[in-house]
Amino acid sequence: MAAGRAVEELESVVIRFAGDSGDGMQLAGDEFSRSVATAGHGFATRPEYPSEIRAPVGTLFGVSGYQIQYSSHQVFTPGDAADVLIAMNPAALRLSLPEVKPGGLIIANSSAFTEANLTRAGYASNPLSDPSLAEYRVYPVDIGGLTTQALAGSGLSRKEMARSRNYFALGLALWLHHRPLEDEIAGIERRFAARPELVAANIAALRAGYAYGETTEIFPVTYRVRPAPAEPGRYRSVTGNQALALGFVAASELTGIRLFLGSYPITPASDILHTIAGLRHFDVVTFQAEDEIAAVCSAIGAAFGGALGLTTTSGPGMALKTEAIGLAVMTELPLVIVNVQRGGPSTGLPTRVEQADLLQAIYGRPGECPLPVLAARSPADCFDCALEAFRIATRYMTPVILLSDGGIGNSAEPWRIPDVGSLPRLEVRFRTDPDGYRVYERDERLARAWVRPGTPGMEHRIGGLEKDCLTGNISGDPANHQRMVETREAKVAGVARDIPPTRVHGAQSGDLLVVGWGSSYGAIEQAVSQAHARGVAVGHVHLRHLNPLPADLGDLLCRFRRVLVPELNLGQLSRLLRDRYLVDVEELHKVQGRPFTVAELHRRIVEAVS
Amino acid sequence: MSLPREASPPLTRKDFETDQEVRWCPGCGDFAVLSQVQKLLPTLGIRREDFVVISGIGCSSRFPYYVDTYGMHSIHGRAPAIATGLKLARPELSVWVVTGDGDALAIGGNHFIHLMRRNVDLKILLLNNRIYGLTKGQSSPTSEFRQRSKTTPMGSIDRPFNPVALALGAGATFVARSLDADQEHLAGVLRQAALHRGTAFVEIYQNCVTFNDGAFEVLTDRATRDDARILIEHGRPLVFGRNRDRGIRFDGTEPRLLVLGGGGAGEAECSRHDAHASGSGSAFLLSQLEPPEFPVPLGVFRSVTVPTYEELSEDLGHRARAAAGRGRLETLLTSGTTWTIE
Repeated sequence: MAAGRAVEELESVVIRFAGDSGDGMQLAGDEFSRSVATAGHGFATRPEYPSEIRAPVGTLFGVSGYQIQYSSHQVFTPGDAADVLIAMNPAALRLSLPEVKPGGLIIANSSAFTEANLTRAGYASNPLSDPSLAEYRVYPVDIGGLTTQALAGSGLSRKEMARSRNYFALGLALWLHHRPLEDEIAGIERRFAARPELVAANIAALRAGYAYGETTEIFPVTYRVRPAPAEPGRYRSVTGNQALALGFVAASELTGIRLFLGSYPITPASDILHTIAGLRHFDVVTFQAEDEIAAVCSAIGAAFGGALGLTTTSGPGMALKTEAIGLAVMTELPLVIVNVQRGGPSTGLPTRVEQADLLQAIYGRPGECPLPVLAARSPADCFDCALEAFRIATRYMTPVILLSDGGIGNSAEPWRIPDVGSLPRLEVRFRTDPDGYRVYERDERLARAWVRPGTPGMEHRIGGLEKDCLTGNISGDPANHQRMVETREAKVAGVARDIPPTRVHGAQSGDLLVVGWGSSYGAIEQAVSQAHARGVAVGHVHLRHLNPLPADLGDLLCRFRRVLVPELNLGQLSRLLRDRYLVDVEELHKVQGRPFTVAELHRRIVEAVS
Repeated sequence: MSLPREASPPLTRKDFETDQEVRWCPGCGDFAVLSQVQKLLPTLGIRREDFVVISGIGCSSRFPYYVDTYGMHSIHGRAPAIATGLKLARPELSVWVVTGDGDALAIGGNHFIHLMRRNVDLKILLLNNRIYGLTKGQSSPTSEFRQRSKTTPMGSIDRPFNPVALALGAGATFVARSLDADQEHLAGVLRQAALHRGTAFVEIYQNCVTFNDGAFEVLTDRATRDDARILIEHGRPLVFGRNRDRGIRFDGTEPRLLVLGGGGAGEAECSRHDAHASGSGSAFLLSQLEPPEFPVPLGVFRSVTVPTYEELSEDLGHRARAAAGRGRLETLLTSGTTWTIE
């Protein structure tokens, strides 16, 4: 480090990488977050990428971004606005600028600020030379040219050399944040093991970026953030989709029952299938079905066979699975359906975050068709939710919908790796005693017995037609149908007995209770903390169980004068709460394909109590 | 893959009858198929509890209720997908799918073709009556061109699927056709299907007495059937007719009718059926023989053995364990970059 350069000691820093979808920004962001993770920082990430794989170069709709907040304390969100922006072209600058803090540091890849690219991004003049960026600290760096220089003599073509630009940017970012290169070099060696020429090129670009920061005098400041105090233990970084995959395999290991995943590729859920497909050394079978319907049906078939049936999808796929989910409700088989929600309706915003499938999950089937619905609040929480989903599914013999979303699925955060011995016990017993067996006879939880084909003397048929309440034979009897409809409802409602007491963060009673669910957890928790610290009597409840709702929720709502429900939809949980508790709920909606910022939630909390 | 477990003591047809009242129309062709299946299953050396029958929706899909094994009467068109998941989860089970022309070829068409290409070890019986029965008489994907039905009062303008050709085109390893009224032929074809390792597809022409009566009469009536159908067998010449006096020869891809005997051609000039050819080309040419120019082929069009889907799937697990050892949860959770906070 050059002497005399200021080191800013900060509590947290938000850095954003942005470029063309072919610029490797997701990789740079992933690697940067891995680096700060190993340094023991709290962090949260927000990858944002277009639904086009390679949109035309330089266009606004082709911009891919990756934002990371890392901190000396626990981090709940990827940050409202960036302290540092690395913009690989004009379009990336233009799109990211509204989310850069005034006075923020902007490193712009000057070689990409050509006339053509400026026009494509809608700039009449070059923002690097006109006064439009006066309120920021702007550093044009010829990332393209410097990378090519660094790789001279590598034998690579110009096009191939250009691909290493992201490692130059990463090297510069690591220098700026006092991160060592060694881990990253080892990472490159692993990632590109099959292509030695790329290992050499990417390491050279990485070192060039790092050295550029160190030897040029242009940057007046570098950043240092202290590690976050955290619960002792072993940590790793997980995305929500990874954590779900780990959780489902854990459910299989803990029950000793084969996991069967039937799935169909869909953004943003596909990574769950990718991850589990690579874990066949466990008792796991993955099946890439011909469509969403076959995916859920194969999982139902596997569940009938006595496996842990799982299917994973996003909104449009949920619509297609609807009829089969009804079959699973009717046949009372355990099944877990994951919906990694995205912006809708229809194809909607495939790569953006939204939580507008809640009512679909709870009500969106023909007939009276109840099933338990859970929602994960953060990437790490996905692991626990995966176990909870299979616990409920097998204990109550029911399909369970687990909601995640694009924000959680692809975002990463540190996860304290649980000790295997401390994981919840998942016990599943198959009935093998044919004596007195009746197919729809129920236990005290109203669950019928799970019997595997191959068990002698217990041959039976199930199906989608209404069943006699004991024998399971087809029945059109009016009183029997009413009884079965009410029993299925009562069985799902009974899951509430198993839900642990609801935790309220902040004030335990008072002026305002903020109730949330899903990925808005981090932003709400932080906004409520800030307001609470300033003396506002505000509490936060974040629901994991959306159907049934926790038994103690009604009383909790009564302890506060007002209730605010922020959601990335037009008020779906609000409706449920009003319907169930006749409580006057205030709604806060956001449907922009973007998560809540802490600032906007804080503002609304303060408004609500003043 | 685990082999089927032997049944002991020996099973009989009675073991596969349920106490449920069979709710098909009197005279329905489905009874004959049910009867043949109930006769066949106890002879296969498989325990009763290891059979599973899966169906979709339609008249024929009531089938599982009448066979005393494990079974599922599922939703319209999806039986192949449900059966595939079951077989992948439990390769040791003997899984049978019973479906119809609407169930398999209209709403379930996608699952049908993908089942064929994957070669999951399932037996799939398609009871083809060329009409929707349970919904009371609408045209189906196998209804004939210009056929009148409730939905086609002026005659259907849809050209029908040829299920055998469709299955062959989708890569099926075992494809056969039989008909309800010929118990002996049906029994023989079903047995071959049961013994096939891989997806065994059997199209069964089945008479709907209520909505499409007589659709296959020319193939079942003693007066007409021998001239209207040709029973194909592997290795045998393509000869048919009441007096075995007619034959078929393919000149390249063109079929030609031959008159045999009495100064005409001999059997040796007829093409021979090769059900075991590695490609499905010749079977496909056979499947294109249609009335009125040609007789309808009945029998096994194709029967070739390739690894089954669930064998390949299980093999992935074996290979993964051979390479990495049996997965351990603790190792999995702590994989990748980790760091420790004291």
